[in-house]
Amino acid sequence: MTDMRNWMIWPDNTMLSVLILLLIAMLCLYAARTPMHALIRSVGHALGGSLRLGARWLFVAAAEMRERNKTVLMAHGRQEVGQRVEREFERVGVLVTRDLQGYPTLQRKLLEEITRIEEDYKKCGEVPPPPPDWVEAVAAVANIKSGGNEVIQKILDDIRKSVNQIHEKALSEYRRSYETRHKILEGFMPFWRSVDKTMTQVDKKMTGLQESAGTVDAQMEKYKQINAKTDKAEHALTNSAFTQFAIATVVMAVAMGGAFINFKLIALPMSEMVGAADYITSTLRTSEVAALVIILVEASMGLFLMESLRITHLFPPIANLNDRMRHRMIWISLTLLVTLAGIEAALALMRDMIVAEKMASLQQLRGAQQAVPTDLLLARIPTAGQMLLGFILPFALAFVAIPLESFIHSSRTVIGALLVMLIRALGFVLRVLSNLARQTSRALIHFYDLLIVLPILAEHLVRSTRGGGAGVKSVGGKL
Amino acid sequence: MIKRAFLASLSVLGLLAALTGCVDPRSQAHAVYMLIDTSGTYARESGKARIIINYLLGTLQSGDSLAVARVKSRSFSEKDIIAKVTFDTQPSQVNAQRRVFGEKVDKFLKTVKGSAYTDITGGLIQGAEFLNETGAGKKTILIFSDMQEELDKATMRSFPISLKNIRVIAVNVTKLNTDNIDPRRYLGRLEAWQKRVEGAGAIEWKVINDIERLEAIFSKG
Repeated sequence: MTDMRNWMIWPDNTMLSVLILLLIAMLCLYAARTPMHALIRSVGHALGGSLRLGARWLFVAAAEMRERNKTVLMAHGRQEVGQRVEREFERVGVLVTRDLQGYPTLQRKLLEEITRIEEDYKKCGEVPPPPPDWVEAVAAVANIKSGGNEVIQKILDDIRKSVNQIHEKALSEYRRSYETRHKILEGFMPFWRSVDKTMTQVDKKMTGLQESAGTVDAQMEKYKQINAKTDKAEHALTNSAFTQFAIATVVMAVAMGGAFINFKLIALPMSEMVGAADYITSTLRTSEVAALVIILVEASMGLFLMESLRITHLFPPIANLNDRMRHRMIWISLTLLVTLAGIEAALALMRDMIVAEKMASLQQLRGAQQAVPTDLLLARIPTAGQMLLGFILPFALAFVAIPLESFIHSSRTVIGALLVMLIRALGFVLRVLSNLARQTSRALIHFYDLLIVLPILAEHLVRSTRGGGAGVKSVGGKL
Repeated sequence: MIKRAFLASLSVLGLLAALTGCVDPRSQAHAVYMLIDTSGTYARESGKARIIINYLLGTLQSGDSLAVARVKSRSFSEKDIIAKVTFDTQPSQVNAQRRVFGEKVDKFLKTVKGSAYTDITGGLIQGAEFLNETGAGKKTILIFSDMQEELDKATMRSFPISLKNIRVIAVNVTKLNTDNIDPRRYLGRLEAWQKRVEGAGAIEWKVINDIERLEAIFSKG
């Protein structure tokens, strides 16, 4: 309080002293107005400018990164679509080789069948000879009136009989001929069926070929778009990468679960081999690391197997191997995988035995009667299950290579896209901060003028009395 | 690419080797020394001691050590150790060791005779000596007693003892007839032991009276 009083011009009149002090301060601030304005403005500009520069740099970096990501994405997409087109062409090639190679035979067969049908058809066209011309003569004779003469009557009867006989013979001949034609027509059926079947086959093959051609067309369209680096292609590829990333992550998480079960299955028996009391770190046992190493080796073997089978393409040296070496590699990795699976099955059995023995010894220590399993087969199910699981899990783990490849390839795009987003967001924040710094410097200038409002008003009055409205405008403008 | 992978695997191996060299396997082991009070009426509690020993045998793993010793008139002697074992590194061997250990303890508990005095301090000193010799990272002394120390006139135990880095757990601390008359005696006895044990440098003092809650032996706090 005494310190405050020291500042007072008239210690007994605080109000007046404060007013005078404020007036003095205002005058001082008014005197320093122009340099203070310049100072605030330059600080604002310096801060805002550097922040704006930083934001611009970040935006440029983000654009460059996006461009680089796009190049990588397009290259990857081109490679992928190229491989797909190649595969489609291979498929078409196989179709053409398989189906069209046999096409001459098919055509010959078809022609032969058609010729045979034609011949048979011609045979069908052969009609039986018409009844002889003498039928009319017989009819004329039949019209002769017998007049009761027995001789004539007998002759006529004979004629009628022979005509009837001839008629029956001709009729039966005619029927036989039709029967033969029917038989020929009946014989047509298998050939018609065969022709129909052959034609269906041809149709199916042609449709398959057409479908493959359609797929190739679609892939080629995609390839063209990628080559043209269109936004649509980029968008589609980015979306695809995000989807692949999500799916691969889920599948890998499932595989991790499998690996964890596998680890639990073999960690205890591994301690029988490498000792349970050895530690690598304060919490990590050597046996656990050994179990982990076995699982990782299995995963690696699976990776090599998938690579050798050309299902994945993570290691170019393996992909570039000649077929002979590749086959050797397949057999080596498969043999190692089967061996490791066998070891795991044995370890799973060992684990079961160790646990059972521990339970038995603890029961014995407690003095409890050991429970005798009612059904031995039933008691063996968990053991068999563990062994089976131990044998199967390495093979299941081998397939992790496929989602792993997807994960690695898509993570480049996903991480790149996220990084671009992050840099842009950072750039935006810097831009906002830069604007804030500039606006704050302006606000501070106005606030400064607000503190010295009285001297400014006085200046305004003086200027208005001296030079009229022009001075007021200039002061007002500055304000 | 191959060169990079080779260098990375080399550094991982180096790191593993360095770590392997750094960690002493014994420092991760757990050693437990259990004192069984055989004085007077407390000898009747031996059945509960068996339950605790069974729990310890079932919980301790390969590389851990366990010793069971009796508390009698003068307990600062190796002869008072009834059974001791350091479990083998192979789990299959551990089961056989458990069985042998259990048989030794059974034999002792069947033939146990009550002693005239109770030298808990002597047992603690002997226990600390045993535990320090094992070199285990975690050391625990279990005292299966009513914590009523009674010494003959010739036995000297009124000097500072060292229980550095050792956890001391009193199990099944039964109440004496006099405790029932004045519970302050019981509480005071436990408080005095806590003061003495903590004064000797023990890292933890705990009392577990409920033998259904034995997992608290290995849990902290």
